[in-house]
Amino acid sequence: MPMAILGKKIGMTQRFDEQGRIIPVTIVEVAPCPIVQKKTLAKERYSALQIGFGSRRKKRANRPLAGHLKKAGVEPTRLLKEIRLTEEEAAGLDAGGALTIEIFEKGDFVDVTGRTKGRGFAGVIRRHGFSGKNMTHGTHEYFRHGGSIGMCATPGRLFKGKKMPGHMGAVQRTIQNLRVVEVMKDQNLLYVAGAIPGAKNGIVLVRKSVKKTAAKKS
Amino acid sequence: MDTIRRLESDKLRTDIPEFSSGDTVSVSVLVREGDKERIQVFQGVVIQRKGSGYSETFTVRKVSGGIGVERVFPIQSPSVASVEVLRKGKVRRARLYFLRERTGRSARLKEDRG
Repeated sequence: MPMAILGKKIGMTQRFDEQGRIIPVTIVEVAPCPIVQKKTLAKERYSALQIGFGSRRKKRANRPLAGHLKKAGVEPTRLLKEIRLTEEEAAGLDAGGALTIEIFEKGDFVDVTGRTKGRGFAGVIRRHGFSGKNMTHGTHEYFRHGGSIGMCATPGRLFKGKKMPGHMGAVQRTIQNLRVVEVMKDQNLLYVAGAIPGAKNGIVLVRKSVKKTAAKKS
Repeated sequence: MDTIRRLESDKLRTDIPEFSSGDTVSVSVLVREGDKERIQVFQGVVIQRKGSGYSETFTVRKVSGGIGVERVFPIQSPSVASVEVLRKGKVRRARLYFLRERTGRSARLKEDRG
């Protein structure tokens, strides 16, 4: 069984559990992902599947891309991504086929990888959670500063990794162990408990959880 | 947001009557104690409705033993078994927070007989 699939973040809403408690959920649209290429140990020296997601106009596919897709008989996709899996997992899956939402069941745990929202150039309070300075008691033009950044002649330099203002967000992040609350197979929708990285309409990789598996029904 | 609204529009419950801030309602709440279920009634004035669609909530205020009690109910929650409107209140604002500072006669609302 393949472990991962690409999806699009639709947005957040809520569900209720049996006790009537609210569970915040994120909806992810997991449309069937066409398999574009199968990489094998024999040929590429590693095992993987190249899958596509979304669609783009035929005109927008340049010659190399069009040729590559033609081999698998796949329509031009918004993007291509490779997922690593063992030969056993990839057994039975070949170029021209597709990965679908069927690999997930209610109660599964998944890891979701995506690109976080960009925050631009952020100060230390927002970026690193510094507490800032007093708003009163005579503080003068020094409210959201980071304070001292080091010592004196010894060591005479800054330590690497010193937390300072700078660019924040727009990096790849993975949220682990999110529970699948609901799977709507007819509409290709996955309901995942909790928040996932990125903005609405962002593309995310949904993977069976590395650390946690679904609780066995006894 | 549109996709979510479309998905949930047919899931919204229709068994809750129309009511708004200022109305006196009695809410039947499913309470689970161990494996027994029973209905608890919470009666009071609706002081706000908040949010929309599947995540809409409403707040009910009552004075119990001289102490003001407010409870927030998600309208779509299965714990809210039913809502009954007992009295329509005539109010000029959507959020009746001013009731918190008032007690007794001044905390009464005119009835809307319209």
